[in-house]
Amino acid sequence: MLKIGPYEFNSRLLLGTGKFPSFEIQKEAVDASEAQILTFAVRRMDIFEATQPNFLEMLDVSKYTLLPNTAGASTAEEAVRIARLAKASGLCDMIKVEVIGDWKTLLPDPLETLKASEMLLEEGFIVLPYTSDDVLLAKRLQELGVHAIMPGASPIGSGQGIINPLNLSFIIEQASVPIIVDAGIGSPSDATFAMELGADAVLLNTAVSGARDPVKMALAMKLAIEAGRLGLEAGRIPKKRYASASSPTEGWSSI
Amino acid sequence: MKIEINGEQVEIPSNCTTITDLLVHFGLETKIVIIEWNKQILEKSNHDKTGISDGDRIEIVHFVGGG
Repeated sequence: MLKIGPYEFNSRLLLGTGKFPSFEIQKEAVDASEAQILTFAVRRMDIFEATQPNFLEMLDVSKYTLLPNTAGASTAEEAVRIARLAKASGLCDMIKVEVIGDWKTLLPDPLETLKASEMLLEEGFIVLPYTSDDVLLAKRLQELGVHAIMPGASPIGSGQGIINPLNLSFIIEQASVPIIVDAGIGSPSDATFAMELGADAVLLNTAVSGARDPVKMALAMKLAIEAGRLGLEAGRIPKKRYASASSPTEGWSSI
Repeated sequence: MKIEINGEQVEIPSNCTTITDLLVHFGLETKIVIIEWNKQILEKSNHDKTGISDGDRIEIVHFVGGG
């Protein structure tokens, strides 16, 4: 069971909703993923195109927990404004704090993220900051009282997988809140690896929406995350330098 | 009446007196939208209590796909 603030989830896969080829494929992918938390962005509406379908309207929102992000913000104040707008929908009180500090790498600004998290906690939000894989930053955020920490595996949408498993494992080791590996996941094996490292959950988007078959990939990611979690709970064997026979060595010499 | 919506000057009929009227005017009444009225974010329950007047600055935002 994944516990974030007052909420509990069976699924350890959080799915982003950006860049799917069509709403129909997206809907099928969401179903296949069995994700219970879906991320969204907040944007200006084109009021002259009111008939435009909106993915959120196709969903039974009572079945999902919405996790809006503050994407587009580059300062704490902008992030807080987006979070307040999202909350005013009356549909959610969780917020993914995403304050981008560099538009080429889309890496988060640690100081603005910290500041925004503090402000949003004061306003009663359930706060999930997207951060770099900095161990001390994770510690500081935890001390503030955030409800989960979401370190990136590698840059957003890059599909490079977990480029610093050591840092990630340090973050996980010292964590007292859920660690959700967010951004950079490319393949199911990346997601499994994150879970084997001890992450509580994985948030991904492009790895599914950009796959040749997003629906199949959504299922693959669900299974990969479950496999990784089961493997962690089962406890892997230690690595040895030399072989260790699986078949008995006795009762062989007479044949 | 002239107001600013999402950064653009928009002419709206004078019988649009509340935020709810405005949403109906644009066919948005059943949509999931969030309104910021003169820098003030409105709870949905306040849409029909909030009057609009000439020169108001309104942001109409919604949820879109994102990661």
